[in-house]
Amino acid sequence: MSRSERIALLLAAFAALPAFAADYGLGRSATAGEVAEWDIDVRPDGQGLPKGSGSVADGQMLYDEKCSVCHGTFGEGGEYMALAGGVGSLKTNAPMRTVGSKLNYATTLFDYIYRAMPFTAPKSLTFDETYAISAYVLHLNDILPADAVLDQDSLPKVQMPNRDGYTRDHGMGSIDAKADVRNDLCMKDCEKAVEIRSELPPTFTAKMYGDVSKDFRRYADFASAAEAAGESAAQKAAASSAGLKLAQQHACVACHGVANRIVGPAFRDVATKYKGQADAGAALMDKLAKGGAGNWGPVPMPPQAAVPEGDRKALIEWVLQGAPE
Amino acid sequence: MTQESPKPGRIVPAPENFLSPVAKGRRRALKALLGGSAAAAAGAALAGSEGALGVPPWSKTLGKPVGANAYGLPSAFEKQVFRRESPGLTTTPQSSVVFTPLQNLFGIITPNGLHFERNHGGRPDIDPYQHRLMLNGLVRQPKIYTMNDLMRFPSVSRIHFVECGANSAMEWGNVSVPTVQYTHGMLSCAEWTGVMLSTLLDDCGFDRKKAKYILAEGADASGLTRTLPIAMALDDVIVAYGQNGEMIRPENGYPLRLLVPGVQGVSSVKWLRRLEVGDQPWSAREESLHYSDLMPGGMSRQYTWIQECKSVITSPSGGQKLLDKGYYQVTGLAWSGRGRIKRVDVSTDGGRNWRTAELQNPILSKALTRFRIDWAWNGEPALLQSRAVDETGYVQPKMRQLREVRGSRSIYHNNAIQTWKVDPSGEVHNVQV
Repeated sequence: MSRSERIALLLAAFAALPAFAADYGLGRSATAGEVAEWDIDVRPDGQGLPKGSGSVADGQMLYDEKCSVCHGTFGEGGEYMALAGGVGSLKTNAPMRTVGSKLNYATTLFDYIYRAMPFTAPKSLTFDETYAISAYVLHLNDILPADAVLDQDSLPKVQMPNRDGYTRDHGMGSIDAKADVRNDLCMKDCEKAVEIRSELPPTFTAKMYGDVSKDFRRYADFASAAEAAGESAAQKAAASSAGLKLAQQHACVACHGVANRIVGPAFRDVATKYKGQADAGAALMDKLAKGGAGNWGPVPMPPQAAVPEGDRKALIEWVLQGAPE
Repeated sequence: MTQESPKPGRIVPAPENFLSPVAKGRRRALKALLGGSAAAAAGAALAGSEGALGVPPWSKTLGKPVGANAYGLPSAFEKQVFRRESPGLTTTPQSSVVFTPLQNLFGIITPNGLHFERNHGGRPDIDPYQHRLMLNGLVRQPKIYTMNDLMRFPSVSRIHFVECGANSAMEWGNVSVPTVQYTHGMLSCAEWTGVMLSTLLDDCGFDRKKAKYILAEGADASGLTRTLPIAMALDDVIVAYGQNGEMIRPENGYPLRLLVPGVQGVSSVKWLRRLEVGDQPWSAREESLHYSDLMPGGMSRQYTWIQECKSVITSPSGGQKLLDKGYYQVTGLAWSGRGRIKRVDVSTDGGRNWRTAELQNPILSKALTRFRIDWAWNGEPALLQSRAVDETGYVQPKMRQLREVRGSRSIYHNNAIQTWKVDPSGEVHNVQV
């Protein structure tokens, strides 16, 4: 084998390698200054804390100016999270997650304030200001005295009340960890009695979320599309129940009263007549489509095929429920 | 079930099903469009009388030119399909969440405009030309990469779900939200493209002996940080720039994010600007004050990365209404942070009896898996549940089993079996048994 042949073979072997082991030549070295500028994280052991210091007294002035509007004068919170109080509450039914009650390391406080606070002006504080505000928040939690000063040596030594409140002994640390809750694969007669222990109050959804039937493409009235086609929400809301609204919309009420006979029977009389009959819905659907006569007197019921089927179905459901207004 | 209804249940095909209730409005629109009684008659025919379908206007006029929408959008008839906030959940929309409308979606892929969005300091609009990724810490050479650099590395494209650790959090104590969008909508699934984190760690010559953890940090206002164990970082974590074939959406981390398969969403740090290799975990705010699981007795579980096996029926689901007795397809999603879905069982009687559902391909590790099963509704009250099993044999637990161990204050990692109650009226409600 000639030298050039050997080189060619060698090159071929390299080309066939599945991973390119050599330097990709991508990216560039970060300078020490660049790393210092961006590497702002602080670890529990204090690694990453910058030079500087701040006192509780300075912190109070800064806090009142920059923090109290959201977190309250004494860290009691309000619309935004409370920073102080709640020590010991984590084992109760009303746990408070504050700096004093939940954090296991004071370093987390410094790290977070520097990177993310104030909410509308993150990364605007100096290191000294961050030390000072950290000191004041810890003072609000009765963890530091009023004359305390924090710096990179003293901050990691602050003992938080919840220092030992965390465990990593659980099943979610890795894929192989043992799960804490086990269910079985029972297929038949698995529960003796099934009771509904929680459901939403009847008016809750409409009040909080509006008409959630609009959130769906299927099974529900396509109300949003109807609105898009020109039917206003105000028109729809004129009748308090959806069934009555339909009855008005399709002029059913010209012949039927909710509780009174007009030329046809009252809707509620229809409900009474068919009460308990499992096939009533189907029978009435048929009657609405084809018309009927003879059940309620001499005036015949004309066919209502022009009313969309979904509306007819909803109307019958409403009538059979007793035509609630 | 065939005995109960000798005639086959009325199957309303999906398009008719959702269009028929607006027939009136559409007729009106047609009338306005075309004018005249002939047109009205055609409209009426279209709206449903048998025997004369009519010819709709879109069949009789020239359509729009190609490129009328240079970047395509959903049909105007799909306007109800969007991400929603849950009222009263958060103080400010900058640190909040919008939920994916799972009830409207098919298959396993979440369209990019519907991927759930959870931000801690608002959504930044990052200029990709100026964006940089720094890698520092226990490495031979700290480095800085441009987007161009990152996109030239060998790439992978993998389908994975992202689920917020707080998905279903509002349900720990009681039922509190009405639809699957709110119970389970902090869940999405996409094909993510990027460079393996292991490739970048190698490129910087990370210290294999000392390295135990990675810190990932966002470039957003919150500068969100999360700790990852090195074993996880070297396994299947992607430094991603692609989402379903295009660049990641701003809401989901444009131009760069971490994607940690099977792990709670907060670890997949969006707008990624820095990765640091270290030998201790960081106990950052979002892994101590929040995103730690409070147990009865007051201890918190920290670094609860794995999203355990879970499933939910997306149709029929809360807020929907069954218009008729008869045939329905029960369908939903199953997923596990521990790997592939092995099986999903469905109950229609609140967990007394179960049938095994059909799993739709593909069945991928740490991805959503679609399941389906036939059901004939007989008009009686029903309690629909699904129960997923993953390839490790882990079985999705009942709500009460979870509460027995974890109480009801832990906020995170509620992977309980979901129950939907079907009323005799056909209305479907969120309940707990």
